Amino acid sequence: MADVIEVGAARGDAPPPAATAARRGASARRTGRATPYLFLAPYLVLFGVFGLLPIILGLWLSVHQWDFQLPNRPFVGLDNYKELFSSDSAVYGDWWESIRATAIFTVLSVPLLVVVPLGLALLLNRSFPGRTFFRAIYFAPYVLGVAVIGLLWRFLLDANLGLVNRLLGAVGLPSDTPWVTNMPWAWISLVGVTVWWTSGFNAVIYLAGLQDISPELYEAARMDGASAWQRFRNVTLPGLRPVLLFVITTTVLASANMFGQSFLITQGTPGTETRTVVWFIVEEGLRNNNAGRAAAMSIVFALLLAVVSIANFRLFRYRED
Amino acid sequence: MIQNDMSRRRLLGLGLGIGAAASLTLAGCGGGDSTSGPAAGNGGKEYTGPKVDLKLWNGFTGGDGDIFKALVNQFNTEHKNIAVSVATYQWEDYYNKLPGAASSGNGPDIAVMHMDQLATFAARGVITELDDVAKNLELSEGDFAPTVWKGGIYNNKRYGIPLDMHPLGFYYNKTVMQKAGLDPNKPPTTKDEYTSALVELKKAGVQGFWVSPFQFTGGMTFYSLLNQWGATLFDAEVAKATFNSDPAVEACTWLVDMIKQGYSPANVGQDADYLSFKSGKNAFTWNGIWQINDLKKSPEVKWGVAPLPQIGSKPSAWANSHNFTIVKQRANDANKVSGAKVFINWLSQHSLDWAKGGQIPARKEVREGAEFKALPEISSLAPELEYAAFPPAAPGLGEVMTTFYNSFNEAALGKKSPKQALDDGVSKANKQLEDNRKKYGS
Repeated sequence: MADVIEVGAARGDAPPPAATAARRGASARRTGRATPYLFLAPYLVLFGVFGLLPIILGLWLSVHQWDFQLPNRPFVGLDNYKELFSSDSAVYGDWWESIRATAIFTVLSVPLLVVVPLGLALLLNRSFPGRTFFRAIYFAPYVLGVAVIGLLWRFLLDANLGLVNRLLGAVGLPSDTPWVTNMPWAWISLVGVTVWWTSGFNAVIYLAGLQDISPELYEAARMDGASAWQRFRNVTLPGLRPVLLFVITTTVLASANMFGQSFLITQGTPGTETRTVVWFIVEEGLRNNNAGRAAAMSIVFALLLAVVSIANFRLFRYRED
Repeated sequence: MIQNDMSRRRLLGLGLGIGAAASLTLAGCGGGDSTSGPAAGNGGKEYTGPKVDLKLWNGFTGGDGDIFKALVNQFNTEHKNIAVSVATYQWEDYYNKLPGAASSGNGPDIAVMHMDQLATFAARGVITELDDVAKNLELSEGDFAPTVWKGGIYNNKRYGIPLDMHPLGFYYNKTVMQKAGLDPNKPPTTKDEYTSALVELKKAGVQGFWVSPFQFTGGMTFYSLLNQWGATLFDAEVAKATFNSDPAVEACTWLVDMIKQGYSPANVGQDADYLSFKSGKNAFTWNGIWQINDLKKSPEVKWGVAPLPQIGSKPSAWANSHNFTIVKQRANDANKVSGAKVFINWLSQHSLDWAKGGQIPARKEVREGAEFKALPEISSLAPELEYAAFPPAAPGLGEVMTTFYNSFNEAALGKKSPKQALDDGVSKANKQLEDNRKKYGS
């Protein structure tokens, strides 16, 4: 792959200074063929080394029992894939439990992460005193690392010592809610913390999108006597369509790849109910040294996400028709 | 979950290694005589060959790390022809990092390792045999506690020289005990004393024994109790999981009933058992010996530490141990190996200073010396050495232990009955053990 590019690059030597127009034309044609490849080369090299090659290696790993420390890494064909789907293997239960956990988290968090930031953006798009300050405040949690917010919320949400339960108790609500250790509270906490943490990012993207919508359209809508809701429905939403598609797609992928929050806040409890797919893949591949199995899981998971993303794009295309 | 030393340190083990690589090759090492003699391969008695640089990796990220580095400094000044440099990582990252580093030739020469990791790393050819070190230094079981000494062996070969051991201890909050009318200088030692103390505490409005559902430290408490009840986690060949036997279920039931009977709150969070102990909301906690130094930083807390009370039919305590290992190098440099052996021998003899870091020295002579006895808290846990329950030596056992701890988690959070949780855990553990047998050919 990269070799081909090198050949192309080698051919694209700078042409000698042209003496005549004819020669200049000829050399321009010759460079003309190589130029696009030259421009593409840096990206293609990076993509080849860090994108394509790992994918091919991953496929290669997934058909072996691969422990890079053991001398023999036997070829096992599709066994790594089969055991993900055969209920008597050691990994079957954990694997589908992690898929379930990821699905629950994605289904619960994506709608909130799409709608809440949109509301925020609409508010922050109006002009009022202190607007910049509020924009900064809502964006602030996003700059913190997952380790920081994980630790912070785990202590705040502790069932017996946490501030959250103490405050709830002070206003007469139940003060022994197991926010991070039992169901359904664990999911509520994970989703809530994630919304608090990442809403600011989506809100900023929405804000940029809102500012791209031409004010004339709103003016015209007002002239026609459109209510605020109608203006939102017929001007704002269609204007935001590409931004919405981007936000939904990236948010679905981000939620499906959730790892840090459950690793730190619930630690997978109760049992391993909140252990996500990515966490489980890391555990299998890096800690239990079953790289072959982990690679098979990654590929199955990537295919699942691809299906979801394609469905997502389709859905939006339909609405345009 | 890989067993590592401090729950507080696990919190940030998100794969972001704090590579506090501290190079300790002192500037004063230039005076070493560079007579290139033959390497003295005498298993660590002395080293007279040319100067060698040794890399050592460990996971001592807490106060113990400073003590360790001071010891290495002392070694370097005493040995002109050996220069040891230390790199410290979080234990969690460390065990992920080490195999790759070793196989690519960027690994350390000496690696400090927990006893339960030795078999895995030996089976995978990361570390070398050290039988000759033990023989030449005339080390034998008599110099060490038998439990610790046997733990360094895998497939009848020695891979680790034990440095220390760190058991679970019984911490009691004297202030809280006084509040409930208990004698703060007589911590309970039997099942009857323990339960009656809890009843008194409950009368005084204190839930005296917070049971955490997490490995640190509820899972380790259950591990100790399971052994106290005479049960085992695995059969002798480590081919089958046995932690759902009747005594194991009884031990689990006793512990989970602490929550049901209100001696512990439900849903105890990670570290909440320990934090509540320090803040006087909890009277008893079974926690690692490493918390001694942490508690000493809080003079306002009045506490004591003792061997675990005997709740079951025999005394037992969860324990692990740090071992020295020598990493296989692609270019087998005999001089480096000899130098490494000298270092291991020297440090094991100087393990008294190491004890101040909150560990029980593995060497008997150190343990029985007056100086060690002058560390009252730490030496009070030394008796546990005789009956400590170390995890068995089997490669790939880490993931099986995770299954065990997750089973307890389900029982402690009331997701399943103790019997159901342990039955489910065992059936999964058996599949994992079978996978490991196929993989490691054991």
